[in-house]
Amino acid sequence: MTLPKDLAELQKRVRDVAADYKLDFFETVFELVDWAQMNTVAAYEGFPVRYPHWRFGMTYDQISKSYGWGFSKIYELVINNDPCYAYLLKGNSLVDQKLVMAHVYAHCDFFKNNLWFAPTNRHMIDELASHATRIQRHVSREGADEVEAFLDSCLCLENLIDIYAPYAPPKRRPREGEGKDAKGKEIVRFQAKPYMESFINPPEFIEGQKKAIEEARKRPPRFPERPERDVLWLLLEHAPLRDWQRDLLAMIREEAYYFAPQRLTKIANEGWASFQHSKMMTEKLLDASEVVDFAERHAGAMATQPGQINPYKLGIELFRDIEERWDKGQFGKEYEECDDRDVKRHWDTGLKQGREKVFEVRRIYNDVTFVDEFLTREFCERQKLYTYEFNPKTGRQEIASRDWRQVKDRLLRSLANGGQPIIEVTDGNFRNRGEMVLSHRHDGQDLDLAQAKETLRHLFRLWSRPVHIETLVEGRRRRLSYDGETHELVDL
Amino acid sequence: MLHAEGTNWAAMVQKIDLDHTRFRAIVRGAIRRDLRKHVANGALIARRGSQTVSIPMPQIQLPRFRFGTNQGGGVGQGNGQVGEPLGPGEKPEGQAEAGEEAGEHALEVEVSLDELAKILGEELALPRIEPKGRRQVTTEVHRYTGLRRVGPASLRHVKRTFKRALKREIASGRFGPGGGVIVPVPDDMRYRTWEPKLQPQSNAVILYMMDVSGSMGDEQKEIVRIEAFWIDTWLKSQYRHIETRYIVHDAEAKEVDEHTFFHLRESGGTKISSAYELCNRIVDREYPPQEWNIYPFHFSDGDNWSGGDTARCLDLLRDQLLPKVNVFCYGQVRSTYGSGQFKNDLDNSFRDDERVITSEVPDKDGIVDSIKQFLGTGR
Repeated sequence: MTLPKDLAELQKRVRDVAADYKLDFFETVFELVDWAQMNTVAAYEGFPVRYPHWRFGMTYDQISKSYGWGFSKIYELVINNDPCYAYLLKGNSLVDQKLVMAHVYAHCDFFKNNLWFAPTNRHMIDELASHATRIQRHVSREGADEVEAFLDSCLCLENLIDIYAPYAPPKRRPREGEGKDAKGKEIVRFQAKPYMESFINPPEFIEGQKKAIEEARKRPPRFPERPERDVLWLLLEHAPLRDWQRDLLAMIREEAYYFAPQRLTKIANEGWASFQHSKMMTEKLLDASEVVDFAERHAGAMATQPGQINPYKLGIELFRDIEERWDKGQFGKEYEECDDRDVKRHWDTGLKQGREKVFEVRRIYNDVTFVDEFLTREFCERQKLYTYEFNPKTGRQEIASRDWRQVKDRLLRSLANGGQPIIEVTDGNFRNRGEMVLSHRHDGQDLDLAQAKETLRHLFRLWSRPVHIETLVEGRRRRLSYDGETHELVDL
Repeated sequence: MLHAEGTNWAAMVQKIDLDHTRFRAIVRGAIRRDLRKHVANGALIARRGSQTVSIPMPQIQLPRFRFGTNQGGGVGQGNGQVGEPLGPGEKPEGQAEAGEEAGEHALEVEVSLDELAKILGEELALPRIEPKGRRQVTTEVHRYTGLRRVGPASLRHVKRTFKRALKREIASGRFGPGGGVIVPVPDDMRYRTWEPKLQPQSNAVILYMMDVSGSMGDEQKEIVRIEAFWIDTWLKSQYRHIETRYIVHDAEAKEVDEHTFFHLRESGGTKISSAYELCNRIVDREYPPQEWNIYPFHFSDGDNWSGGDTARCLDLLRDQLLPKVNVFCYGQVRSTYGSGQFKNDLDNSFRDDERVITSEVPDKDGIVDSIKQFLGTGR
């Protein structure tokens, strides 16, 4: 639905202000939708067309219930696409719409400029629509139940991708039968004059090499050669799948890679959008009569709950802190090494580089690097961050520490790998019987074993040979296996 | 490329309906799989709203390799000393990803009673009940079907009236984004009109009778309560209009309300005939069998005071009650004190009579089978 005149004018105004603030965004299309439509788009993760699957229905169910009960209202929904698409809720007040637009333009700027979004497909609306069509076609050919069951399995493995892979130089992945360790295949012979031959290349040395080669030949080659984090890729290449199954899996993998950067930049992205909207609104866009309403909305979005980090709040405060520090020159060796806190607090070299710095940050940082670099001791104390633990004695969650290093450590760990456990295929031919072994790189947090069991079932469906995962369970290294009929948990 | 005008919202909403329907089907499947557990679970009844029941379910979610939540802990923001508990009742979930993963909460599925009855019916293969004989009654009901331009103020259709006024004001240019006031003129007024309709109506009455003598303990009553809930649910889905009456008895019988029925505890002897007599009187007085489908349910632990009273019960049933009712159900709840003789007596006397159904409920897990016996005849 095209925007009515007043909103269209408002959009033009917000757009101009955003451009004045040097935001550099994709053109943005706003759709005015009622709440049922809004819930629908939200269930589809912002896209108008998705493949048929019950989990969207489940999300829809939850969203419409919480909306119906007045618990939550979706204020902003914007997708990374060129042009960006964003949604306005019919019946929201004008100041709400204004706020959403300002926020959305900052998101679009982030999508377009942040390096972590650089590899994403900017025509994802079309791509997802075509996925929907393809999957629909498989449904009519293979039957809805078949396809749904297989989709379920793929979706259970959705997080087993190498989220940092798109940013590394493309790995050359050896295909079957090629690149079988060229080194060591030929006998090395140093150059030597004939009379020196038996000294420089003594027969034992040659013999030894021959033996080593022979052994290497006998030993089956490692597969995969190095641990592989992109489990979905490995399955695509090596699992015994039918064509339509391979096609489905490829689509799910593509979608997983598309959505991954959003998980990597939640704090930075929301922080940036809030930082910019609050500037634009308070400096340029608000009428005097709207200030209170805006303040209420803004405060609502920034509210923190005990035991939770609000990415909007943490992000906006970090950006504000960065701007201030670079305006006043509060960084660098001299500042860091100053131990007089009073001097530090009033430190101001009049550098005025804050603006430049925040734009640089929005360009190159993701959540991990963002927090790692800019969460300082002073910031942590000012923002009253803490870590908490479950106390088995009292049966409550209790504040464990306010030490900034611990807070940071904890926060970084929860952000690492987009909040997902790091799991890689270490052996695709375990016991030389084509069984697959996954290894969980344990960093202090155990896996949910019950779910891991179920997930193995789904992995088995794709791999069709026994599957294993090695992980630490309460400090002990154990291997959970599934052979198609029973689960087994053994100590290693 | 999709353009703003090109997004087909109607089609989209339809598609989410398909996904939603599929999800509901999965939920129903899960409920059905665990129906016995749900039936035996008395807590369910406590969660009953007027039209719906919320059933706590294990989460329906796709399993993943993800972190266990038990170890808890994470990062938060706010006031408090080290060692202080987090805010009251807050259950932190996930770490830095507030709002990212929808649907992580335990699932509480709201199911309408109709749907629950449907699941029960499908799972136990209960036949639809055919109202007995040709005793259906037609009643005249009035339905609001249309609009007219004159009528009493109490039937004014405000929304339509306002819409007409709005249209008129916009067309005349007096109202727009700039503002304006909508004042309806008499020509805008719209009123509801109705039409009488004849509708077949089938009524049913359930008469619950329960032995509250000393030998019926809390657990026995709980079983009766649960079973009554499910019987209600099923019969309500079968009849448009249903009434429920409650009779308790020890040595004498009296009519009580629902709450008392399930909570009253008496002591003393047991004279079952007193309940049957009262039941018979209520039926005679208020529920002429030509117009009502009548369902007496009697629950007891099977102990009657004397053989003489049992004989009287049998006579009452044979001569008075049975000719009037759709079916007479007797549920015998096993208790440590009861002899369980009464069921044998009934079985012996009415072995070939389809109108009498007896069933033994050893414990909560037996409820499902008992319900199936009672309602499986489709009468």
